[in-house]
Amino acid sequence: MLTIQSLAKTYTDGTRALEGIDLAVQSAEIVALIGGSGCGKTTLLRLIAGLDRPSAGRISLDGEPITRPHPGVGLVFQEPRLLPWLDVADNVGFGIHNLPKSERAERVAHALERVGLAEHAHRWPRELSGGQQQRVSIARAFVANPRVLLLDEPFSALDAFTRKDLHRHLLALWEEVRPTVLIVTHDVAEAVALADRAIVMRPRPGRLDDTVALSMRRPRDPAAPASEAAARTVLAALDRSLRPHEPSRAPQLAGGSSF
Amino acid sequence: MNNPVALSTPEDGTVAASRRAAVLGIGARAALGVLLPLVLALGWEIAVGAGWASGRLLPPPSRIGAALWALAASGELWMHVEATLIRVGLGFAFGAGAGILAGALTATLPLLRWLVDPSLQALRAVPSLAWVPLFILWFGILETPKVALIAVGVFFPVYIGVAGAIASVDRKLVEVGRIFRLSKPALARRILLPAVLPATLTALRTGLGLGFLFVVAAELMGASEGLGYLLLDGQQFSKPDQILAAIISFAVVGKAADALLVALTAPLVRWQDTARETL
Ligand SMILES: Nc1ncnc2c1ncn2[C@@H]1O[C@H](COP(=O)(O)OP(=O)(O)O)[C@@H](O)[C@H]1O
Ligand SMILES: [Mg+2]
Repeated sequence: MLTIQSLAKTYTDGTRALEGIDLAVQSAEIVALIGGSGCGKTTLLRLIAGLDRPSAGRISLDGEPITRPHPGVGLVFQEPRLLPWLDVADNVGFGIHNLPKSERAERVAHALERVGLAEHAHRWPRELSGGQQQRVSIARAFVANPRVLLLDEPFSALDAFTRKDLHRHLLALWEEVRPTVLIVTHDVAEAVALADRAIVMRPRPGRLDDTVALSMRRPRDPAAPASEAAARTVLAALDRSLRPHEPSRAPQLAGGSSF
Repeated sequence: MNNPVALSTPEDGTVAASRRAAVLGIGARAALGVLLPLVLALGWEIAVGAGWASGRLLPPPSRIGAALWALAASGELWMHVEATLIRVGLGFAFGAGAGILAGALTATLPLLRWLVDPSLQALRAVPSLAWVPLFILWFGILETPKVALIAVGVFFPVYIGVAGAIASVDRKLVEVGRIFRLSKPALARRILLPAVLPATLTALRTGLGLGFLFVVAAELMGASEGLGYLLLDGQQFSKPDQILAAIISFAVVGKAADALLVALTAPLVRWQDTARETL
């Protein structure tokens, strides 16, 4: 279980990116974090990934505190961030270099198969489309078998069709390893398509706002009434988060945010 | 774009362009490139042959060729080429080695950068040839000052290039290494090194080019062998054909050394998205 307690992050320039974040995510749960830009979604994922240190609070994975990058936590960045000097297969295997060669090759081949890129194993990243590159980066995170997988708006740069395809690949991989997934998105349909729970965030300082449970059975049909109703609920929560909070909190908003 | 087909539609244009590119294969393009010097040389040859010009100060190609041939046949040319190559090789090895080391250290250790970089930048502002008198005083007139001068010339572009390459490594790629918990040495080997390689190789090529520039200067300051000596000797004894033969040798040797460097390092940067491939 991933546990986050009274987490806060203030950047050195005084930006209060996150404040008072409390969250517990069950193992194998998929949680969507949804919110406008600047509400601290990326900051939260970077803290969980151990890339940055929180100003206050603690994060733990199955009781083990996370203070730096942890083998149980994988991160898919918003951009593919493939290493241009490695071919697709070597990029996927980048994080499991310590494994014996044969096992590594096996895992890489399997992951590439899973994301539908088996025939591209020996091409250079630059020869792939944006969607294919992002699939490589998802495969790279998955081959390390993380207990928690963090995805930061991984599909936001892609067209709707490619995105749906990638949702399918992501769920297929998830079925296999069943990691805890935290996916950041600003797309309500994406949250409804993937998550067990959508958490709406609000900015200045970044906080968790409403939570919407999404208990539809998978595979989900975005046109089904249950999905549409869920999407409306999430949208309403998102709308509320964009309105100013109760007046008692107004003075806090004065804190300098660069957003 | 004098091809009417190329003007009709974009598709036709690219088709025509690629067809033209196919017709003008690599060999044909190279041939086109040597056409201009060939015509000029031939024209001069005819002009001198017909007696319209004396060719005393600018000998016709046949005389230069004869001079080259004589130098090569007597074995003298190879001795000079060898002497020049050894100087450039040594100077390049010392200069590039020191440049890579200094660039890597200053780029990774801020304290060292603040300590050393301002001085190096100040030294860089000195035209390298200004060191010549000092080097002669310090090292005498034999090989050492020549190699030192070449090394100084090679050092600066390599130092600047390597330090700049390391400083501009994409932080986003470094984070990929951090996420997978690479140790410091592994990060250097698996991310920093490949990321700085292309810029480093470019810097080395620049350095090698400067090495050839400075070997001329070094040999002109007094040498008993080397291509630069051939130049000086040609001037002192009024042998323009020998001067031109030496210049041609310099061009060929310099180009060959550069091509060798590129060929040796090409496999390391095969992944790179170069414009050359798509041209
Ligand atoms: N490295 C940083 N230094 C200072 N402020 C930052 C930094 N990174 C993000 N911020 C600020 O923190 C807030 C949250 O940013 P971020 O987590 O990127 O939001 P999101 O991902 O939700 O768009 C924004 O106001 C942003 O300007
Ligand atoms: Mg973000």
